Amino acid sequence: MDDRLQQAAVSLVEGRTLRCRGAWTMPDVAPVERALRGMAWPARNPLVFETSGIEAFDTGGAVVLYRALMEARRQGCEVSIQGLRPDYAQLMSLVSSHWAAMVAEVAPRQNGSERFRASIRNRVAQGARTLEFLGESATALVRLVAAPRRMRWRSCLNSLRLDGVHALPITGLLTFLIGVVIAYQGAEQLRKFGTNIFIVDLVGISLLREIAPLIAAILIAGRSGSAYAAQIGTMKVTEELDALQTFGLSPIELLVLPRVLALVVALPLLTAYADVLGVFGGMLIASNQLNVSFTAFLSRFEEAVALRHMLIGLGKAPFFAVIIALVGCYQGFQIRGGVDDVGRHTTISVVQSIFLVIIFDAICSILLNWWNL
Amino acid sequence: MALVASTEAPIIEVSHVSTRFGTAVVHRDVSLTVVRGEVFAIAGGNGCGKSTLLREIIGLLTPTTGTIRLLGTDSRQLTQSNGRPLHRRFGVMFQHGALFSSMTLAENVAVPLREHTPLSAEAIRDIGALKIALVGLPPDSAIKFPSELSGGMRRRAALARAIVMDPELLFLDEPTAGLDPMIAAGFDDLVLELKRLLGLTVVMVTHDLDSLWRIADRVAVLGEGQVLGLGTMDALARSDDPVIRNYFHGPRGRAAHLNHSGTGLHRD
Repeated sequence: MDDRLQQAAVSLVEGRTLRCRGAWTMPDVAPVERALRGMAWPARNPLVFETSGIEAFDTGGAVVLYRALMEARRQGCEVSIQGLRPDYAQLMSLVSSHWAAMVAEVAPRQNGSERFRASIRNRVAQGARTLEFLGESATALVRLVAAPRRMRWRSCLNSLRLDGVHALPITGLLTFLIGVVIAYQGAEQLRKFGTNIFIVDLVGISLLREIAPLIAAILIAGRSGSAYAAQIGTMKVTEELDALQTFGLSPIELLVLPRVLALVVALPLLTAYADVLGVFGGMLIASNQLNVSFTAFLSRFEEAVALRHMLIGLGKAPFFAVIIALVGCYQGFQIRGGVDDVGRHTTISVVQSIFLVIIFDAICSILLNWWNL
Repeated sequence: MALVASTEAPIIEVSHVSTRFGTAVVHRDVSLTVVRGEVFAIAGGNGCGKSTLLREIIGLLTPTTGTIRLLGTDSRQLTQSNGRPLHRRFGVMFQHGALFSSMTLAENVAVPLREHTPLSAEAIRDIGALKIALVGLPPDSAIKFPSELSGGMRRRAALARAIVMDPELLFLDEPTAGLDPMIAAGFDDLVLELKRLLGLTVVMVTHDLDSLWRIADRVAVLGEGQVLGLGTMDALARSDDPVIRNYFHGPRGRAAHLNHSGTGLHRD
């Protein structure tokens, strides 16, 4: 507000004159607005809004003044405005000419039961879209097997580099630390029974069979699944997917299959790498805390940890990879509106793929247990 | 404060601005002034630095050398925390609307009011509704999200948001680009009407020749990093500068001029 102008103010004089003074402009009209809203208008009294004291006026001031005028009239007052400068009066007539539109009741879009029905319809449509996506991916895969030259090797290799090679340091570090943690916790218990050497069974079987594949999959879901959703979603928002379709190219073949294939290759390799570093972490702690030397550890490893444990762990990895890549890409294709949709679906892709990976892992554990593997 | 009369220095003063991005020179010694109450247009071909100049004036970019004074203050202050009072005094309509996609139209329009004023929610709603009505959008569009509006409506919504604080200065970046001729003409009229009602000074970047003829009081033509010509459309149309001639006397330029003068007899 200009320093030369007075603070906006209103006062009701003798119940018949509302004296308005000062700068009725947008940031500064707020106290007046509050005062007017709480005003008890004198009933059935001819009331005058004396406005010659208003020193500055904008649409904010006009809206506040007009709202007060309408409110006083609604409560049965006869109100007239006096002393308003002509240019300010223009703003008032601007407000009055749009008043009907401003206070028009806008019907809320849906009531409760409509919302419920809409959400059911949404779920069904989403299910249909999921099936459609899976079907398209499967047919694209079949076409690709029939004509392998259609495979986009370049984008597949690029994806392999970004999602596989670049994930090596973090995957290695994390599984190494997990190996350390498991060995530490095991050491406490095993030392009590003097069965130190069983640290090898503990670390080896748990890591190779369950933990390394899961850690690798969860990391990749966070790193790559989310990236797939965001990339494809942004391409959708910027109409790049539409451009591909007008060239007669299938986005599924171009974007989804190379990523799925790259992850199917990368995740088992990452898992094997994670196995090695995790067991190494356990081995360090075993020699440090339990006096199990590296040679003792490795010879026990050969007899105690059957090959099938590692194969089961590695065998699950490609399935995890398919889940992660498909969920990420699918969520990318689901992005419709704009910026916040990208964020939402990226989040969904991570949560959903980790959820499905763990469900799949649990089912595997149960089945393998039945078959005594 | 739209209606406090004042006679002061130019509302925008761009002096000796040069801009380089790496080795690419965008502006070489650009100077111009905008006076209160006019519709000032910055025109020129694609890539001549129109939008860059606009972004420098509103403080989103800093020129390499030279100064820009906006409402009497160095526009470099806009990036600092004490620039906030200045931000209240101008509104910007971005080329693609830049409406916040997670908010309804009413919420979009309310953002500056909520952030800059202590007004109550009811007053904010009323003022927002007035601006939405002023730009000619129906009341039920207030609860819609930007993705549910058509391109022309989104442009109007962005304009409503830009004028919600009754700014002294309104910046429009390519306001009519991508609109059909009828809607574009309607938009021009709307800008003129709002200028009259709210006492705005309008600065717009455009290469819509129809709009230049219809609403611009003065036009600066940028080219080769410099101001090639500055004046009314009539004066520029008589200019001898080859680039300006090309710009205004190409087939589209002539058509726009004929449309504007309303006679088939005009010859240059």
